[in-house]
Amino acid sequence: MDFIGLISIALTSIFISNILLANFLGMCSFLECSKNVKTANGLGLAVIFVLTLTAPLNWAIYTYLLKDEALAWLNLPNVNLEFLVFLTFIAVIASSVQIVEMVMEKFTPALYSALGIFLPLITVNCAILGVCLFFVERKYTLLETTVFSFSSGVGWWLAIMGLAAINKKLKYSNVPEGLRGLGITFLTTGLMAMAFMCFAGISL
Amino acid sequence: MSFVKSKEGQVLTKPLIAVNPVMIQTLGVCSSLAVTVQLKPALVMSISLLVVTTASNVIISMIRNIIPAKIRIITYMVIISTLVALADQVLKAYLFEVSKQLSVFVGLIITNCIVMGRAEAFATTNTPKMAALDGIGNGLGYSIVLCAVATAREILGSGKLMGFKVVPEALYDAGYVNNGLMVLAPGAFFLIGIFIWLSKTFYKGEK
Repeated sequence: MDFIGLISIALTSIFISNILLANFLGMCSFLECSKNVKTANGLGLAVIFVLTLTAPLNWAIYTYLLKDEALAWLNLPNVNLEFLVFLTFIAVIASSVQIVEMVMEKFTPALYSALGIFLPLITVNCAILGVCLFFVERKYTLLETTVFSFSSGVGWWLAIMGLAAINKKLKYSNVPEGLRGLGITFLTTGLMAMAFMCFAGISL
Repeated sequence: MSFVKSKEGQVLTKPLIAVNPVMIQTLGVCSSLAVTVQLKPALVMSISLLVVTTASNVIISMIRNIIPAKIRIITYMVIISTLVALADQVLKAYLFEVSKQLSVFVGLIITNCIVMGRAEAFATTNTPKMAALDGIGNGLGYSIVLCAVATAREILGSGKLMGFKVVPEALYDAGYVNNGLMVLAPGAFFLIGIFIWLSKTFYKGEK
């Protein structure tokens, strides 16, 4: 895969088809944790970190164990374990989140106390599983998967930071009563999604 | 009427609108936005989620007394992802076209907070029968939102419903144009926002 192709994957997943604003992945924690910028930043960084770690790991497991004819190196050419994809991916995600949590607690207590509460949440963040399922569907190579997962994380971080910043200003505005809270958040997100659509014209 | 007033009836009917999982509890929002461009995939998605929620609620409620509290989340995950893998295989076998359209979103039922949320909030403390009713109720509540959004998006966005033309030709001749925004992502955000606004305004008194 050439360099330009990788840049194109990165730009596409950060801006053009942003994982959150165009694919709607990771909405739940996005809506819950966008109240203030600091929390949003912590969660966003944790998502980037876990995504970049788990997606290549899942890629290796998928390519060498689960894919159709992947077990040929064990002299089992007719075995197709693709139906185990969901179960394996979610187990890998859950356990690597757990490991990351323990390692961070031991070696970087400061970072752990900053991100600590968000890490367990990430297991059920659909952005992580979504990215893992997307690379299966799009048949990416290892390098492409790594770039794709990292830049999807960056895209997610960008979106949640944007919304958190807007929400901060929104506190001072007079929103109709029924629209307060969730309703206005959705409308704001819609406007953000529209703004991000402007990137759609870029082609590499 | 007495059924609706009974405890079982309350568990079944409350999630439909009053504590709707998508609009009030903010659970499972991701998929309700992504699969609602047309009504057909939305319907298939609703049915899959309904089945998975009900089944996982019943199973988790049956073994609720023997799950160790510390590893309960991972236990739910295993049960739910097994059920989702089953649903995915069934869809691939019988509804291949729709399952291609839904792409990764069938798999994402695993991380759909409705399934997980109801397991944690309801199934762990209630009998299997009540858990089943709760699963059906929440599944239906999700379906209502999904189908409403999908209907609006398909009619406004492409003038069709379930693939059939519903907007008459005469309207197009008079200068009516399909709203392209509805097919794209922002349309979904706006519609859900408006739905939440409406439901909050009309059901304010019942809370």
